[in-house]
Amino acid sequence: MKGWRPPAPFLLLLPAILVLAAVVIIPLILSLYSSFTPFRLTQPASLFTLIGFRNYVRILTDIEFWTAFGRTVLLLTVALNVEMLLGLGLAMLVEKATRGQRLLRTIMMFPMMFSPILVGFQFKFIFNDNIGLVNNALQSLGLTDQAIPWLIDGSLAFFAILVAEIWSSTSVFAILILAGLLAMPKEPIEAARVDGCTPWQTFRYVTWPFIMPFAYIAMTIRSLDVARAYDIVKIMTDGGPAKRTELLWTLVSRTAYADARMGLANAMAYVAILLSILFTVYFYRKLAAARTQIAAEW
Amino acid sequence: MNENAKARINGILLSTAHKIGLFLAMTVICLPGLWIVLASFRPTVEIMAKPPVWIPQDLSFDAYIAMFSGVGQGGIPIIEYFRNSLIISVTSTAIALAIGMAGGYAFARFRFKAKSSIFLGLMLTRTVPGIALSLPLFFVYSKLGIIDTHFGLITAYVALNVPFTIWLIDGFFRQVPKDLAEAAQIDGCTRWQAFWQVEFPLAGPGIASAGIFAFLTSWNEFALASQLTRSVNSKTLPVGLLDYTSEFTIDWRGMCALAVIMIIPALVLTFIVQKHLVSGLTSGAVKG
Repeated sequence: MKGWRPPAPFLLLLPAILVLAAVVIIPLILSLYSSFTPFRLTQPASLFTLIGFRNYVRILTDIEFWTAFGRTVLLLTVALNVEMLLGLGLAMLVEKATRGQRLLRTIMMFPMMFSPILVGFQFKFIFNDNIGLVNNALQSLGLTDQAIPWLIDGSLAFFAILVAEIWSSTSVFAILILAGLLAMPKEPIEAARVDGCTPWQTFRYVTWPFIMPFAYIAMTIRSLDVARAYDIVKIMTDGGPAKRTELLWTLVSRTAYADARMGLANAMAYVAILLSILFTVYFYRKLAAARTQIAAEW
Repeated sequence: MNENAKARINGILLSTAHKIGLFLAMTVICLPGLWIVLASFRPTVEIMAKPPVWIPQDLSFDAYIAMFSGVGQGGIPIIEYFRNSLIISVTSTAIALAIGMAGGYAFARFRFKAKSSIFLGLMLTRTVPGIALSLPLFFVYSKLGIIDTHFGLITAYVALNVPFTIWLIDGFFRQVPKDLAEAAQIDGCTRWQAFWQVEFPLAGPGIASAGIFAFLTSWNEFALASQLTRSVNSKTLPVGLLDYTSEFTIDWRGMCALAVIMIIPALVLTFIVQKHLVSGLTSGAVKG
């Protein structure tokens, strides 16, 4: 083996792999281990008692956990779909604009610069039942004379969180879909029109397949970062009132830091991690498929 | 009414509807942010007023003055927070860029076994929710004694930023034709020289925008920072925002002012890179 040199790509990727191993993989292995123990921060010795799958059995039979899980999946599904539709609409509105497109695009990126925690505060302020913009506007317009408890009522709070989430992430979709619309060659659309397609048919069979990969890029990027909703919820309601807006992530954080039950929290965290991975792999696959299709057709 | 007039009216109606739709959409996007900026200039009485005061009567910089006037006078250690945020974001961005450039170059220029699975694997490390990662990191960091240090947070943010940086930089290197570097090598450059003198300058703007994206991620991160920082030694601005909340009340005006301070650097940087950011993310969408 004298003179054997490791292949160049391996050497180039080594630093990335080392950092990720040190900061993500090894801690995750540790947390996988601790999810099989009754570990509490206050009792360090409990790290060395193995209890098998008891933590997992416990959370999987826990109605509170499943409620949070279901709510998280519901939030993600609704948010991603609405973001996708609104993003598509916004991109098409901006693409049609004849003047000031640069300015419009800049404004469109505005929410992307907001840190999720800022988005949380901002909407907590806007939806505040007493001094918030929404209630003030509704009352001034005479639509209602009482303070609507936006962040206190369970389903209203869920709606408010959804609004915040959608506001902050629609622009990711809009920007990427707009990039797709601008990159699209114009001849096929003209050809479709000449052939007598209705606008809807043109959109459905010509434009849509072309911008699909761009939509999937946006989906993949978003699903890499779905847990940013944690910051928003943490600030807006912190899972409350009385756990009516509890998401998987706030539940993990409460179990770990407020109750100090690390083992149990780690077991929950693993479910959250699996959920994120599932979302990402799904969209990444779709993205790869859409890419090959577009490469074959165009 | 003849066909022509009908078509013209239709056209006018459509373009008006388009303008109204555009205007409404932009209003919804801008309004929440502008409301925060406005609130930061208004006195607390006016924010709290019932019935609401719609037209601002009394605008001032009081909130900003109070914020900088130090702890105890309604201020928070904003200078320290700002310094921490800046040190942590800049350092972690620089390291993530160096690592990401090596990795992105490997993906863009070499063929190797299991390439796409390795790529997906790297991306998947990014999907681990911050709060889920914070549990073991908190434990490891407290064992190592690096909780509440710059070093701890920088390391975490490097790992957070590397996957996405690799994705972006891979895209930018793909846009640089392979032949250029090969031509340089035929002319007598080493591969190393060819990289720095040909490919790097061409991919430069893209790499810069990948850096700014990484900077923004670190600048805005909250889930990890809230657990791994304790005091003015390492608290960053997003965590500092919580200083304005107490058990039952929130100092809305002060918080809005801090929000404005936080958003300005992000705003400026995003404007600079917006064009490259989009092209980096979408490159390869069509080419495969």
